[in-house]
Amino acid sequence: MAIGLTHYLVIGAILFSLGLYSVLTRRNAISILMGVELILNSANINYVAFSHFSSGNVEGQVYAIFVIMLAAAEAAVGLAIVLAIFQIFHTIDVEAAETLKE
Amino acid sequence: MDIATALFYLVAIITVGSAAVVAFSRNIIYSAFSLMGTFAGVAGIYVFLGADFVAAVQLLIYVGGILVLILFAVMLTHRITDVEITNRAAGRIPALLAIGIFIFLLVQTIRETSWAKAKEILYAPTTARIGDLFLENYLLPFELASLVLLAALIGAVVLSRKELRE
Repeated sequence: MAIGLTHYLVIGAILFSLGLYSVLTRRNAISILMGVELILNSANINYVAFSHFSSGNVEGQVYAIFVIMLAAAEAAVGLAIVLAIFQIFHTIDVEAAETLKE
Repeated sequence: MDIATALFYLVAIITVGSAAVVAFSRNIIYSAFSLMGTFAGVAGIYVFLGADFVAAVQLLIYVGGILVLILFAVMLTHRITDVEITNRAAGRIPALLAIGIFIFLLVQTIRETSWAKAKEILYAPTTARIGDLFLENYLLPFELASLVLLAALIGAVVLSRKELRE
């Protein structure tokens, strides 16, 4: 069986599910952010796979680059928030950080 | 099975396997480092899809930027030796059931849908075409992206500075 669109979509689906599992079960804020990164990567695989197999032009790759840019911004701001939470609560367990101010 | 197919399966197994370590590992350091395997594997998948520029961007930004940020955050917020408490997970069984059903539905949908097919599948360099699109059709989103990055830069600095108490 030749490698086709289905293979890439299945890889994207598995990555998405693993990221969703991380987001659902982890209690550590940084692990939750890692799960979000997995989800964004799976969406990117789908964009590039459809642009290669279905549309035949590069617009999907342009969208993938925008997603990568937003992921970088999200990681910077998200990790800054995690560090701020750690300074106030001395833990980054999301169940311990329930209030917005100390 | 020819070499390209075998290579594809190797890259796919590396990607999915290290993503599984990210999701299931009890030690957050292992999670953070195996995220590198996932990012590099996804870059390999982009190469298989003929997207050379996106693969380079993936390596530069994810492996070179985001992963380093995540490792910094892990090292700054944990007593590294406390393996047991660093990466707690709750509600594993319901979450496993939910994503099992979810992945089954996704794969069924992927298999049964007849996706559109391109007239021809190209393996040409893409950088020039992406640059043309950025400066013609996607000029406004491109400029907005720079604003978003500036806002994220200032926001990260404001959030992580020390509060001055009077």
